[in-house]
Amino acid sequence: MQVTRRQFFKICSAGLGGSSIAMLGYSPTAALAEVREFKLARATETRNMCPYCSVSCGVLAYSIGDKSKNAKAEIIHIEGDPDNPVNRGTLCPKGAGLLDMVHSPNRLKHPEVREAGSSEWKRISWDEAITRIAKHMKADRDANFIEKNAEGTTVNRWNTFGFLASSAAANEPGYLTSKILRGLGVVALDTQARI
Amino acid sequence: MTNHWVDIKNTDLAIIMGGNAAEAHPCGFKWVIEAKKERKAKLVVVDPRFTRSASVADFYAPIRAGSDIAFLGGVINYLLTNDKIHRDYVKNYTNAAFLIDEGFKFDDGLFSGYNAEKRSYDKSTWSYQKDKDGYAKVDETLQDPQCVFQLMKKHYSRYTPELVSKVTGTPKEDFLRICGMIAETAAPNKTMTVLYALGWTEHTVGSQNIRTMAMIQLLLGNMGMAGGGINALRGHANVQGITDMCLYSEVLPGYLSAPTDADKTHEEYLAKRTPKALRPGQMNFPQNFPKWFNSLMKAFYGNAATKENGFCYDWVPKKDGAYDAMAIFERMHQGKMTGFACQGFNPLASMANKRKIGDALAKLKYLVIIDPLATDTSEFWKNYGEFNQVDSAQIQTEVFRLPANLFAEEAGTFTNSGRVVQWHWKAADGPGESKGDSEILAALFLKLKEMYAKDGGKFPDAILNLAWPYRQPSKPAPEELLMEISGKALADVTDPADKTKVLVKAGDQVPGFALLRDDGSTSCGNWIYGGCWSQAGNLTARRDASDPSGLGQTLNWGFAWPANRRILYNRASADLAGKPWDPKRTVMKWTGTAWGGNDIPDMRPNAAPEEHVMPFIMAPEGVARLFSPIMADGPFPEHYEPFESPLDNNPFHPGNAKAKSNPAARVFKGDMDSFGTAKDFPYVATTYRLVEHFHFWTKHAHINAVLQPEHFVEIGEALAKEKGIQAGDKVKVRSNRGYIKAVAVVTKRIRTLDVDGRKVHTIGIPLHFGFKGVTKPGFITNTLTPYVGDANSQTPEYKAFLVNIEKA
Amino acid sequence: MALQSLDIKQRSATTTPAPSVRKTAEVAKLIDVSACIGCKACQAACMEWNDIRDEVGINYGVYDNPVDLTAKSWTVMRFAEVEEKGRLEWLIRKDGCMHCGDPGCLKACPAPGAIVQYANGIVDFHEENCIGCGYCVTGCPFNIPRISKEDSKAYKCTLCSDRVAVGQAPACAKACPTGAIQFGSKEDMKDYAAKRIGDLKERGFDKAGLYDPAGVGGTHVLYVLHHADRPQLYNGLPADPGISPLVSLWKGMAKPLASLALGAVALGSLFHYVMKGPNEVSKETEKEVEKEGSQ
Repeated sequence: MQVTRRQFFKICSAGLGGSSIAMLGYSPTAALAEVREFKLARATETRNMCPYCSVSCGVLAYSIGDKSKNAKAEIIHIEGDPDNPVNRGTLCPKGAGLLDMVHSPNRLKHPEVREAGSSEWKRISWDEAITRIAKHMKADRDANFIEKNAEGTTVNRWNTFGFLASSAAANEPGYLTSKILRGLGVVALDTQARI
Repeated sequence: MTNHWVDIKNTDLAIIMGGNAAEAHPCGFKWVIEAKKERKAKLVVVDPRFTRSASVADFYAPIRAGSDIAFLGGVINYLLTNDKIHRDYVKNYTNAAFLIDEGFKFDDGLFSGYNAEKRSYDKSTWSYQKDKDGYAKVDETLQDPQCVFQLMKKHYSRYTPELVSKVTGTPKEDFLRICGMIAETAAPNKTMTVLYALGWTEHTVGSQNIRTMAMIQLLLGNMGMAGGGINALRGHANVQGITDMCLYSEVLPGYLSAPTDADKTHEEYLAKRTPKALRPGQMNFPQNFPKWFNSLMKAFYGNAATKENGFCYDWVPKKDGAYDAMAIFERMHQGKMTGFACQGFNPLASMANKRKIGDALAKLKYLVIIDPLATDTSEFWKNYGEFNQVDSAQIQTEVFRLPANLFAEEAGTFTNSGRVVQWHWKAADGPGESKGDSEILAALFLKLKEMYAKDGGKFPDAILNLAWPYRQPSKPAPEELLMEISGKALADVTDPADKTKVLVKAGDQVPGFALLRDDGSTSCGNWIYGGCWSQAGNLTARRDASDPSGLGQTLNWGFAWPANRRILYNRASADLAGKPWDPKRTVMKWTGTAWGGNDIPDMRPNAAPEEHVMPFIMAPEGVARLFSPIMADGPFPEHYEPFESPLDNNPFHPGNAKAKSNPAARVFKGDMDSFGTAKDFPYVATTYRLVEHFHFWTKHAHINAVLQPEHFVEIGEALAKEKGIQAGDKVKVRSNRGYIKAVAVVTKRIRTLDVDGRKVHTIGIPLHFGFKGVTKPGFITNTLTPYVGDANSQTPEYKAFLVNIEKA
Repeated sequence: MALQSLDIKQRSATTTPAPSVRKTAEVAKLIDVSACIGCKACQAACMEWNDIRDEVGINYGVYDNPVDLTAKSWTVMRFAEVEEKGRLEWLIRKDGCMHCGDPGCLKACPAPGAIVQYANGIVDFHEENCIGCGYCVTGCPFNIPRISKEDSKAYKCTLCSDRVAVGQAPACAKACPTGAIQFGSKEDMKDYAAKRIGDLKERGFDKAGLYDPAGVGGTHVLYVLHHADRPQLYNGLPADPGISPLVSLWKGMAKPLASLALGAVALGSLFHYVMKGPNEVSKETEKEVEKEGSQ
């Protein structure tokens, strides 16, 4: 499943032995005219897709660490995938700035709860979060689920719980979300696509 | 998009209206530039603002926000009056020749069947005259006064250049120049591509804006052609895919109309949704509805779905009314909702009328946020001073915030605007304890399932029997899910003509939706994606970008739904005999024995031209609809004013107050009072994206915050002078629903328009800012917008409303 | 010995002649202003690739942001609303180092090896050798270099010399969604420009042309302009840039021996510095340099 690294990097890394690419200067000291080292020479390249607009530009995400057991992959650079027929390596200012989205200081890192009436967040475990939410949902569903309407038609709906689905989620979680929610009887369901 | 991104390069004329491709879709917009460079194509932009798209256009014309139908209706009138249409195409491939019921009328802004109290139409007269066999009657001479062509001609004869200019504010000569450019593409070997986005959808006449242009493209014969089509440039990376997966109440995955209370049984439900052909010999593809629905139920409920129980039809929740986002928040505002979840969605910022949304959220018992980012919505309860003036102690909603992964942290597929489904690979783990959306949803579901299994509860059957065949139940893999979406044979699928011939073996992935069955022998999570993961493997991961035709079709790159087809209605790119209208840009042609060319035929491959199977196979008519009986607000688009309009009446119907704004648009009780009038709010406001930002996300990304750091509004020089506002001043913009403060950008790019005898000023308001982010903290633009939507789609009217402005 | 991927043409304040046996193609970045939508992808790509992040500023009532070049914004889009023949034109120009054939910055620079011109035309700053004097700023006819407040060194666009060295296009050129930025050999860029100019003339821009000003020995960043007769329309792009007389004077004196005879000129202390060599800078010189640089 892993993609092949682009050829030029093969050439780079083979030809340059992964060391500094250019020592350009000469007298008095060589370092005086060295260009900045090409920072991706040994980075791992992964093919991905920009999550913003629906041009769906192909991107190459570069991470440090070669996916070996003890290396934690950290994305250090993202640029356009030249093979993608639509963007052909280009990116807009959003796509070109993706690295700062991945590493945004406002990324959520752990589950939290804001208790009723509180003015702050409290960190909780995944287990606590899922259990508390599921309890709320079950109590709500059991209290408000409608099996038959006034005419006696089986309707099996739960319309006191609603869900707004992401348009940035991939198709697979999207489908799974659709399946689960319909299974629960949810009808108050909408997506960013509407607006 | 009926076509796709790269195909834009094949055009002769690109028109951007109701969108701003250069800013919202720069990398797709490159294909416009490519067409200009390589084909000497022209670019026309019509927009209330001189946008960055306009900055590279050959011709730009201003238009008043909310008057697009007046403009486009005028184009239709121009084309018909000057006989600039592709006549053979119109006659054969549209319903121009179809005869309409004698009872159909249009009278001073209202179509026959209007019910003012319900704000809706009885559409019974908007129908075809039928012959004894149930087929629609036609007049191929197009002369019958009841034929669609004549009715259309009459309808748009009112859209004179003078009236168009009076309503839109577009100078008449600019309008006529654009008409002339558009008209050139009526030639069979010329095409125009239309690039639109939310600038058309976000109006109370949104769907009809698009329909009007679709009619123009049909009159010009530009549908199905390379470099043609009507192309919705969609807003989010996977908004197309999520729409296809139907994460909204009206439909089930694959656009299968969801059951309502009126659909009492499985049989009734299927019968209502399985149409009969309206003309002899047509493909009428929706006749396959039972195969799609029953296969979906097999994917949802596996062995529990049997022929005997109607494939668990009763387990699918039935709708008893509207559940679109505005309807949901209306219910929430009325206190009828207990719980709510927002997955990658920031409604406090992105829904209309922020105050109403905040008040509604405060009435919930619990709110669940699933997001990679700390959204504004997740902190609706927190006081951010003027930006979010609330009292936390008074808000009893329990809020959970769950960290989700971003694109780079998961594998899976996105579907782009051109319907191309593409696989991506995981590059790194998410930060901290973040998880993928599938894993989060699975965790919630499995916990609920465990509780129902242990404690029982209301109707546990659908929960306990939901098919869950995933190897790691807590982590359904994207590969497993995509295979389920694509579909497989549960028993041997045989050839209906020869039952001994096995087409797909039990357990194999189906090669496409054509192999789906209604007898429970196939399972498919989304029929339109059928075959995207066949026995040949994951076709969405294909990366062969070769392009032998030079048209940019790249048929071996990813997988385009349906059936890997890149240009929809491509049969229409050839004449009746199957000869391409433009042999230099052959999409499809009849080879003598089959349809072939440079795409997957949108046609039965062996349907010889003599059989007269028409190109629009999803319509029971087989042809495209110039007259559409299914729209909520009229079979022909008509200009109506935005709900907040600077005018006293609709200049097309000055004497009929009922026809001022869309008579069929839904208005909730109480919201009518929230609309402002031109007396207090004299300026037209319109909201939009900037190229530097994406929605409400990139305000969290440092680079983008540097590029556009602070909320601003744009005003023209005349208004600035009138109000004593200098560029860089802080201004306060008010609507009847609230106010925002932002920096003024004073520009020549927003012109004062002459509309119906008065000067109309426009104020442009970017949407990207809020109180959470690394950009400068600011107000939420949707504090200002009205809570009313399109009559068909219920998309809010963000693009045209009234405000006032003053120096802050 | 590492591979010498870019040959050197000249270095600031250095008299050792550059090797000139190998011939490498001159590169150029062509900015086709007529295809530029001002999206700032180039700005974003520049920040991202070069690991620089400017401060989040404010809006000044214009689209330009950051509003000017800084030590951390090596390229910015400059927006101008111009009315021509009764119709509005929004002229948007990507501003940044022009990589002059005859670079005024390099001529002016007193610090050996702080500014290098490669044989391919790239003019690169080597901050480790920079003494922060600001003479490059004075020497530049396009007002490009900026001295960092953090480390008192001069910064500007490198034309992504690190990318070019391994056969990649500069980050801005690669990102540019509309292809308004093209990168290749200078010859190819001029051919491409000719084609674009032909197209613009057909579309009614009679004065379309290439901006490759002779006064600075031509540039390795070229513009295709719709109104090449009036480059000033594009937010003050100089019509006929040249190196300032002050720098020309300095250039004439670049030989250390000559400096001995000219101790009285304002640049005296810097000559002193040059004479003493790059490795040892006296406190006194440093102070003087700082003073000069802050002017």
